[in-house]
Amino acid sequence: MAKDHEFGFETLCLHAGALPDPATASRVTPIYQTSSYVFDSADHAASLFNLQTFGNIYTRISNPTTAVFEERMAALENGRAGLAVSSGMAASTIALLTLLEQGDHIVAARTLYGGTHSLLDFNFKRFGIEATLVDADDPAAYAAAIRPNTKVVYAETIGNPVINVLDIAGVADVAHDAGVPLMIDNTFPTPYLCRPFDWGADIVIHSATKFLGGHGTTIGGVIVESGKFPWDNGKFPGMTEPSAGYHGVRFYETFGDFGYSMRARLEQLRVLGSALSPFNSFLLLQGIETLPVRMDRHCANALAVAQYLVDHPLVEWVRYPGLAGDPYYALAQKYVPKGASGILSFGIRGGQAAGARFIESVQFLSHLANVGDAKTLVIHPASTTHRQMSEEQQIAAGVAPDMVRLSVGLETLDDILWDLDQALHQSQR
Amino acid sequence: MNVDDFRGDIPTLQRVLGNARTIAVVGLSRNWERPSNFAAKYMQEHGYRIIPVNPVYDEVLGERCYKDLTEIPEPVDMVDVFRKPADLPPILEQTLAIGAKTLWLQIGVIDLAVAERARAAGLEVVMDRCVKIEHARLFGGLNFVGVNTRVISSHRMKTIHN
Repeated sequence: MAKDHEFGFETLCLHAGALPDPATASRVTPIYQTSSYVFDSADHAASLFNLQTFGNIYTRISNPTTAVFEERMAALENGRAGLAVSSGMAASTIALLTLLEQGDHIVAARTLYGGTHSLLDFNFKRFGIEATLVDADDPAAYAAAIRPNTKVVYAETIGNPVINVLDIAGVADVAHDAGVPLMIDNTFPTPYLCRPFDWGADIVIHSATKFLGGHGTTIGGVIVESGKFPWDNGKFPGMTEPSAGYHGVRFYETFGDFGYSMRARLEQLRVLGSALSPFNSFLLLQGIETLPVRMDRHCANALAVAQYLVDHPLVEWVRYPGLAGDPYYALAQKYVPKGASGILSFGIRGGQAAGARFIESVQFLSHLANVGDAKTLVIHPASTTHRQMSEEQQIAAGVAPDMVRLSVGLETLDDILWDLDQALHQSQR
Repeated sequence: MNVDDFRGDIPTLQRVLGNARTIAVVGLSRNWERPSNFAAKYMQEHGYRIIPVNPVYDEVLGERCYKDLTEIPEPVDMVDVFRKPADLPPILEQTLAIGAKTLWLQIGVIDLAVAERARAAGLEVVMDRCVKIEHARLFGGLNFVGVNTRVISSHRMKTIHN
């Protein structure tokens, strides 16, 4: 018997999930801008609600345009199934809440994105879910923090804003030794640069707002499961016992290797309500079509910018994992060999005041709090996102007063370098 | 030969599911939450004639239930098995005796020797796959809920019996 052909990543970016529309033969995935779907009969409705047949009921639960985005992300991550949600924060929230209840515990990297840090350290804490934040670089630190009630290990492939690269395989071993899944925020690399499932991760989440959408138009998020985690290992009765949250369904028995996604969809997304708009799904699909070519250029431009800044007299230090000599260079060579994504940071001579002047002096680089846009973005965390902190607190959070973060875009490289150089000179006045 | 040689590539599964009309389900449970009932009800709703085979019941899913395959008084295209692997040898004999074209062994119902004998005897064999999941993967359903169907095509999905 012949094996099915394995399609390449670029082909999947254009085609996965998107057969021509079954109703109209439209080659582009249509925007199914509808809240609801008719039932053919009372029996059909009952079958749908019982999950005995697959079909759409209400766009808060599923939508044909969004389903294409979900399947495409599952294919790109080489996973079993995807679930789209309204933002990256909705993705981490729903992905975690699917597995956690009061009294449970999370082990997570200390270098998390600020929003995720708040989720674990403030929002979840209010409901009796505790998190231990550990040295992101040391698998032994994760192992030491595991408790009997730990249900998940959580980290980022590339951390934000420290731009540290995770030893995914090392941390996956720690999680699996404890019988819990490793959940990875893979936003910065995208699956083009790194597929965490290849290294043992079990669940991947994304802020699709960043490189996936790629053009700064759309807030969105997605959760993907590998389909390989053994949910019947005794630690996850919510996966194996009848669900009080949905008609007594046993999610793992009924849906097998996509049972986690179905549980996240029906117990969490259905109730919490953070569904992705079909129009946003369309925009994200459009972005993903060109993901590989964009990421190659983001990486090439970021490396060139990093090399330029290393030699610049007004720059104290540069952090980019793709730069030889960076503390994370070896891990980057292993986990993101095609390139270390588009985000880098550097220290400006003159500290916080010079940083603020630099930001005000850029001509076309955009001062805003996003990353992964086609346009080059720049922010000075100490005077914006982290300005409420003391200098000591900023340093503890990995945000030095002189630190400028760049998300390198797709403009002409010489123009990016020109704007950086002129703004660096303005910053010293 | 290993189990992968019997899981079926996409064209094989499309042909097997596309050609079958009558499916005898061996080990079909009457309990609606059991996987066998879930799968058979799904196939029934998608236009297949389901013939239950289980010595415990007289009727399942509104169809007369038979004690074994040889009792079925009409032609059967596919035999779908929800039994433990040890029960397979007589099921294979009966499948051949009634002239069914396909022997489909559900997820976990794995016996390489039986599968090889069945194929050598001219049967189409699919092993370690769920008939409902594969139908929903290839003819519509799983793609509604974000499952990676691995179907890449510039042709519309052939929705059958639906």
